[in-house]
Amino acid sequence: MVENRPWLTLWSHGVLLTGIALIAFPLYITFVASTRTLEEILQVPMPLVPGPHFWENYSQVLTAGTTRGAAAPVGQMMLNSLIMALVIAFGKIAISIIASFAIVYFRFPLRTFFFWMIFVTLMLPVEVRIIPTFKVVSDLGMLNSYVGLTLPLIASATATFLFRQFFMTVPDELAEAARVDGAGPMRFFWDVLVPLSKTSMAALFVIQFIYGWNQYLWPLLITTDESMYTAVIGIKRMIVGGDALTEWHLVMATAVLALVPPALVVMLMQKWFVKGLVETEK
Amino acid sequence: MAAVSLRDVRKSYTPELQVIHGVNMEIADGEFIVILGPSGCGKSTLLRMVAGLETITAGEIAIGGRVVNNLEPKDRDIAMVFQNYALYPHMSVYDNMAYGLRIRGLSKSEIDTRVQKAAAILELAKFLDRRPRALSGGQRQRVAMGRAIVREPQVFLFDEPLSNLDAKLRVQMRAELQGLHRRLGTTSLFVTHDQVEAMTLAQRMIVMNAGRAEQIGAPLEIYAKPASTFVASFIGSPPMNLIPSQRDGREVLLGVRPEHLEPCAPGDAGMTVDIDLIEPLGSDTLVYGHIGAERTGARVAVRLHQSVDARTGHLPVRYAPAHVHYFDPASGKRIEA
Repeated sequence: MVENRPWLTLWSHGVLLTGIALIAFPLYITFVASTRTLEEILQVPMPLVPGPHFWENYSQVLTAGTTRGAAAPVGQMMLNSLIMALVIAFGKIAISIIASFAIVYFRFPLRTFFFWMIFVTLMLPVEVRIIPTFKVVSDLGMLNSYVGLTLPLIASATATFLFRQFFMTVPDELAEAARVDGAGPMRFFWDVLVPLSKTSMAALFVIQFIYGWNQYLWPLLITTDESMYTAVIGIKRMIVGGDALTEWHLVMATAVLALVPPALVVMLMQKWFVKGLVETEK
Repeated sequence: MAAVSLRDVRKSYTPELQVIHGVNMEIADGEFIVILGPSGCGKSTLLRMVAGLETITAGEIAIGGRVVNNLEPKDRDIAMVFQNYALYPHMSVYDNMAYGLRIRGLSKSEIDTRVQKAAAILELAKFLDRRPRALSGGQRQRVAMGRAIVREPQVFLFDEPLSNLDAKLRVQMRAELQGLHRRLGTTSLFVTHDQVEAMTLAQRMIVMNAGRAEQIGAPLEIYAKPASTFVASFIGSPPMNLIPSQRDGREVLLGVRPEHLEPCAPGDAGMTVDIDLIEPLGSDTLVYGHIGAERTGARVAVRLHQSVDARTGHLPVRYAPAHVHYFDPASGKRIEA
């Protein structure tokens, strides 16, 4: 659109800047709080410029944790979160790409039925089935383990659906050409479909990594051991109730730390992410 | 190279829905066969049955004397070129051609020799590192052919490979295909709906209509002696004129090609055409008109080798008896003179 209306430009920039400020300000406050001492934050009004305690606070949470809430080092929690997010993201991609391959390229009895079964589970978030799932995981002795943290969250209707849509746009002739070339189904899958799905996989990875990283309710239920806490749970456990004083500066530092990996994933994979959602290489 | 036999080949998707009604043909080793027909006539299905991409409901297909009905495409020793080329988008031109050979477990040096040779024949040597996306339509078409050539198969199968190209490129690729066939001498089956492609490429062709082979023969033979009104009107542009008339006291369709009608003095005329439209093409002129009543009369086209001034009016024409064909109006079959 080519327009030359300076007031409109000014107005739209004003709206955009306001929007950014609204979103960015709480983040900024969090960062400021993480660089100050507890006493400084509790003053009214709270100071609005970063203080000198950045290294002090961050190294304390990373290596030792808080003194009054959870005492596990956040470094360990970050590692737990990372493992959980990565296993969930890769697991979801691996399982759903194979499931969609089966649904799109093979004719077997009850194919549509299975597809709709998968599709229906799209409507059921983890929370709905959380009690039976907890029972199963606890009976299998998987509480406080990485398997217990990740396995119940790996099946993904969304990703299966996305891959199915992508596979349906791949021309049939490509599969036929591969057949004439002598490639069996799995060979076609590995040599043709997987490379063609790279961008979709990248987009899914971003979405699922963040999904895994931000899991709250599930890890809250099944981790009781501090060494298995994820960063998100760590934040919750650091906030102590009752008469004890929450060490807000350390909580804020943990919050900033928990924010960094998903933000990094989004920033580094932004190009691939957009590509995967809008364009396909066919 | 091998001969291909189709013996009463049939295809039906359900008992009611039969799409190929028994095709018989013996294709000699090294022959270039074109399967011609309008869309939906089953020509691609027939080709895909030879390829092994569609099952054969009844009948037998043999390649090189070996019945292949139950063989996978890869075991039939065929190579296929698809209408939309079906190149692997993520592989370079080289890898596209080498892929099938790698699966077959050929040695690296053997693969390289074959790919380089095919690339030289098809003038693709410069593009071997490129992705298909970075090629023009004609180049992609060549890569698709290269992928077929490197396999050194017994039979080439072409499924309307030229229909995605523009008119000029199509003529050029047609010539290249002919050259390629002369050079390699591989038995080829070529599906098309374009009669010019069929006429120029085929040594013999099958004209198909609604799942049946209407006529099998050399192009000029089919042109000169169409077996039915369908063939007569499908081959030739403009199509053969079919005029209801009487012969030996029975209703017939009289068929005569536009180029076999010549203008004459009104007294000698076999018939008089009322002109509706004149198309001057430079080399010759097409006159479209009708005989008899304006709405119900037979439509007639005449190809003239001189220009005509008149926009409308009457054109008396005559024809030599040798150029006349008769068809049965009910069955559409040719009546032998």
